[in-house]
Amino acid sequence: MACFAQTRFLISGVLAVERPCLRAVAKVYNRGLHRFAVVLACWTFLLIIAGALVTSNDAGLSVPDWPTSFGSLYKIPKLVGGVKFEHTHRMIAQVAGLLTIILAIWTWRTEKRRWMRYLGLAAIGTVIAQGVLGGLTVLYYLPPVISSAHAALAQTFFCIAVAMALFTGRQWVEEQPRVEFDRRKPSLFTLALLSILILYVQLTLGAMFRHHGLSWWPHVANAVVVAFVLTWTAVRALTNYSSIEAVRQPAVLMLSLVIAQLCLGFTAFLTRVAWGRDAVQPELPMVISTVAHVAVGALLLATTVVLSIQVWRHVPATLAERVPRVEHDVSAA
Amino acid sequence: MNKKTITLSMLVLGALLTSAACNKNTEQSNNKPEEKQAESAPPATPIDPSTVATVSGTVKFDGTAPKAAKIDMSQDPGCKGTNEAENVVVSGGDLANVFVYVKDGLGSRTFDTPKDPVVLEQKGCQYHPHVLGVMVGQTVDIKNEDPTTHNIHPTPKDNREWNESQPPSAPAIEKNFAREEIMLPVKCNQHPWMKMYVNVVKNPFFAVTDKSGKYEIKGLPPGDYTLAFVQEKLGEQDQKVTVAAKESKTVDQSFKPAGE
Repeated sequence: MACFAQTRFLISGVLAVERPCLRAVAKVYNRGLHRFAVVLACWTFLLIIAGALVTSNDAGLSVPDWPTSFGSLYKIPKLVGGVKFEHTHRMIAQVAGLLTIILAIWTWRTEKRRWMRYLGLAAIGTVIAQGVLGGLTVLYYLPPVISSAHAALAQTFFCIAVAMALFTGRQWVEEQPRVEFDRRKPSLFTLALLSILILYVQLTLGAMFRHHGLSWWPHVANAVVVAFVLTWTAVRALTNYSSIEAVRQPAVLMLSLVIAQLCLGFTAFLTRVAWGRDAVQPELPMVISTVAHVAVGALLLATTVVLSIQVWRHVPATLAERVPRVEHDVSAA
Repeated sequence: MNKKTITLSMLVLGALLTSAACNKNTEQSNNKPEEKQAESAPPATPIDPSTVATVSGTVKFDGTAPKAAKIDMSQDPGCKGTNEAENVVVSGGDLANVFVYVKDGLGSRTFDTPKDPVVLEQKGCQYHPHVLGVMVGQTVDIKNEDPTTHNIHPTPKDNREWNESQPPSAPAIEKNFAREEIMLPVKCNQHPWMKMYVNVVKNPFFAVTDKSGKYEIKGLPPGDYTLAFVQEKLGEQDQKVTVAAKESKTVDQSFKPAGE
């Protein structure tokens, strides 16, 4: 079937293009697959919280060996002290690996979209690499670079799981996407990508601080940049494309999460840097605020990724530039 | 992505894991050469026992003593001990856990490594002693007297890092340190409040202040020395000392609160 664009005017006068190219492959909504992808995304979020608990409780090396735990691959040690956090994190990670393999196989066998099948494989590759990085942090006694890479890849994997849940969702599969061209510079899509980039920088700086590889101030300084770029992106999305629900929802969520994250970051700074510098052990306020800061950070990154995907689908800039003829010759529609 | 690429990726991951495992083995086997290096040190320079001097004194804390922080041991029912932090221990103005050693003045003298090990105990989920002095290459016997598992994890700057777990009633772990290092932190990642410091020096002239802030260094040959007083939070203070043959010299020191 030839790939073509159908153009029409909405009542508001906004040019809308239905993009059959995105629907070139016949797709059927698979409720089971979608629900499984949602379960994986939720489980991964739980895994990120478990990982944050390990770092916040300074329990990263409480189980000194890997891939075994105290010499065994299957025995569950006594879950007390730091072992409670570290071994629970390992068990949740093992289940996440298993869920990923099942999802990838299921996707491979049932999905018509080739890129979705590859995304399933990418998820397996990422979860394996993540496991290896986790092992290396133990074997090399938490080197800041490897531990930070482990933290950053965890959130990358979470974004992949969320994206798979999005791509298998009923709305994505069955929806006839409405497209509005973005003529502003920089485009909303560029802003969304910039938001992801700046969030990765922030994630890396935060992880390096948590793993004693950097001081706190680069992370705090970059928070100002993050707040500015993400607010700019969200405001642009909401002022120009609030009629597109798929864009409005993640934009509103992103803005809310930015505010929550700034508050949590400030609280984590107070409890950990200002008041807890000489603490003899991780204290509860310190643990709660830092774990919440990591968790909301992961949600913020995933939301920004979802927003970028939806903007790519609904508000393309480059497509408008590529098909000026359609724009000019609207009567042809 | 074709099958070849997937196979290649798996091979790279496998190689990474093997490399990590090999490196760990190499590190473990590195422990032996360190011991040998210490054993093959040049013979000790003789000291005339009839001329040796003694330096002793008291270390004071000059200011309001900080209140000892409480430790919450509730995360492990196997931990039942004194639940107070030991980072600054002051009693009646006397400062405990200060490591005192001859930092300079011994020239090229060499000393035998003591054959007797020093003991580090884990009891009540705390380290005993909190500050330990050993000579380079001297054996440290690490014992677990608790009904729970500990892990011993030194985080040195100049020595080799290691991390080993020790279940209840397990045999003592024997370790030594190959290089001089002051205030080398040792911690337990299972019980994050557990922390102590090992001081590794090349000479036997060192001591740790007791609860009354007192220390004593015996057998020092006459000469001019720099005596260093090191506290984990309050830092280092040095004093120049001259001791004559058979002299018993008193050298006191005081520390101000951190930041003053």
